[in-house]
Amino acid sequence: MTSTVSSSPHQFPEGSDAFPQRHLLGIAGLQPWEILYLLKEAKQWVDLNKKSSKHANRLDGLTVINAFFENSTRTLLSFEIAGKRMGADVVNMHAAQSSIKKGETLIDTAVTLNSMKADAIVIRHASSGAVQLIADKVDCPVLNAGDGSHEHPTQALLDALTIQRRKGDISGLTITICGDVMHSRVARSNIYCLTTLGAKVRVCAPPSLLPDALDRMNVDTVSNFDAALDGTDVVMMLRLQNERMNGDFIPSPREYHYLYGLTKERLKNAKPDALIMHPGPMNRGVEIDSGVADDLERSAITEQVEMGVAVRMACLDILTRKSRGVEGWS
Amino acid sequence: MKKLFSNARLILPNQDDPQLGSVLTSGDIISEVGEVTDSNDSQNIDCNGKILAPGIVDLGVFAIDKPAFHFGGITRAALMPDQNPILDMPAMVKHLASEGKPDLWSHPIAAATKGLAGLELAEIGLMQLAGAKAVATGRQWIADSGVMLKLLQYCQSLDITVIVHSEDAGLTRNAVATAGETATRLGLSSAPSSAEALSISRDIALVRETGAKVHFRQVTTKQGLNLIREAKFDGLPVSCGITPAHLFLSDIAVSDFRTFARLSPPLRSETDRQACLEAIKEGVIDVISSGHDPRGPEDKRLPFAEAKVGMAGAETLLALSLNLVRDDMISMNRMFELLSTNPAKILGVQAGILAKDYEADLIVIDPDTPWQVDTRKMAASAGNTPFDSLPVQGRATSIYKGGKAL
Repeated sequence: MTSTVSSSPHQFPEGSDAFPQRHLLGIAGLQPWEILYLLKEAKQWVDLNKKSSKHANRLDGLTVINAFFENSTRTLLSFEIAGKRMGADVVNMHAAQSSIKKGETLIDTAVTLNSMKADAIVIRHASSGAVQLIADKVDCPVLNAGDGSHEHPTQALLDALTIQRRKGDISGLTITICGDVMHSRVARSNIYCLTTLGAKVRVCAPPSLLPDALDRMNVDTVSNFDAALDGTDVVMMLRLQNERMNGDFIPSPREYHYLYGLTKERLKNAKPDALIMHPGPMNRGVEIDSGVADDLERSAITEQVEMGVAVRMACLDILTRKSRGVEGWS
Repeated sequence: MKKLFSNARLILPNQDDPQLGSVLTSGDIISEVGEVTDSNDSQNIDCNGKILAPGIVDLGVFAIDKPAFHFGGITRAALMPDQNPILDMPAMVKHLASEGKPDLWSHPIAAATKGLAGLELAEIGLMQLAGAKAVATGRQWIADSGVMLKLLQYCQSLDITVIVHSEDAGLTRNAVATAGETATRLGLSSAPSSAEALSISRDIALVRETGAKVHFRQVTTKQGLNLIREAKFDGLPVSCGITPAHLFLSDIAVSDFRTFARLSPPLRSETDRQACLEAIKEGVIDVISSGHDPRGPEDKRLPFAEAKVGMAGAETLLALSLNLVRDDMISMNRMFELLSTNPAKILGVQAGILAKDYEADLIVIDPDTPWQVDTRKMAASAGNTPFDSLPVQGRATSIYKGGKAL
């Protein structure tokens, strides 16, 4: 289901058949060509974003609501910039400190947002499945900006785009994901995305942060970090949340660093040109050393952020094509 | 006052199959069973060859929901103490013991500990006096083994059964699903299914210690059932139950974050589900109950982890149990032992059997009537069933409580 799909444009189905989804709730269930189509579309925005005038007008007059029920700085900013560069009127709703605190249910909030006639709603929520729940109640496309430990699809797409740019075809690459896989929506979306695109994915985590039955998701679990890095093309480190560092899941940050921290020394196990990635924000000195994170040759961490804006521009564009009446997207 | 139910296929104790015959009731009591001839002073009810069975005794419901119970052929329901407020005072028990009478009897189950907090014993003796027929730990286990030991010693002396919930809370904590592929894919916090076996194992050790009668309300895993099997083999006074959800659904039903499938204990793996069916066949499981817990959208139309646990099960209990008969897992008579006889025995009430001097709680059932479960059209106060749109067969066509038609 993977390797032969190339990213050349003429091989994608015509019009909306290239991406027939109404929402972007997750990577699970997407076909390889749907993912590749999103990546292909994002590339044009990478170029635009490098220019001094970064404005496109595709979403002129459209309203995009960023409804963030969980605090976020980076993802919210990235979505806001993406929407504005596409010409949309972007409104941010910091629901983490609003009516949800007054007892309004999520469904009522969704209905309220729907009544404001948004053309796209970007949602982040601390509970797995919450974004889908809202998507079922609104008339416009919904983009999942992270729901609990479930999915964070645009993160996986920006990671895939970054890998594509640095390594070419993702199919056949060995990619190691290391860290708090259990609580990570980034890990889940990346596992779905990368395995769908034909990569060989290894997962490494402390046993207390490793979820059950990962083998059913076509990944190898390797408990020893050095072994997990052996010969890998890409090392994707996950953030370890502060509240899980002190005795609850792991004994201490320094012990975590000793067992699972990415250092220059450790990185020697990977391929010499292995790419280093991290979704941010980083805990320097815990899961990743500064010497590795700031290695301009191998670290793609800032590029990931850059790709994030382009990917989100593409997602907003594609999901609103139907309502904008773009030909072939009825 | 007298009623003669004639031309019926009777579900009689110690028989393998329904037997053609009649039942004579006098007031609210069964006065004769078998070959009863017509007498002048009785009203004759011709059952037209349909099955006449003891009314279902639903052990461990979370709400008194008369329309749903009557639809499901349930004549008695034992109410779990997990109410608001919690049933830990004799006055509440006394009040609820008469709720629903005369056409439904509810048997409140006393909270084992004050506020179900698992710390201090509740006034079990006084609640028994007020009408409590059993004691329960609620939808949680008692973590402190010292408290559990005292509870069992105490209940043993009062000769009252303790109904326990079997999940080690140290393992389950914030879990909303069973660890496995579904929970991992959905990113739901989960606990290993061995949380059940751990808790059962401790409680069996304490039964050995005290000789108290313990009913494990829902045993849903292979490991847990093995422990029960072994305890029964050793002659310990233990029994166990299950709901149709754990017999007919696995954790895959949770996919798509279906909150109607958010249950306590959570749905298990397919391997565990098969072990449950095997245990039904083998006779290790004593009771099938509905776990009836109607929950409206305010409790269920929420993100999965925030939704309340429980399902509306009263209406589907009989039809789903009949699947077991159709699949040749158990006989029709055995099914009524699981639905009526055994739960009545555990509660110590004179019901659940078609025999002289037992309560005239009778249901006429047509095991073949086809119907479709529809969450929008249920008699229950809420339609939160994970079996929505499932075609089923069999339902109670008439129901008599204390000899009176409902």
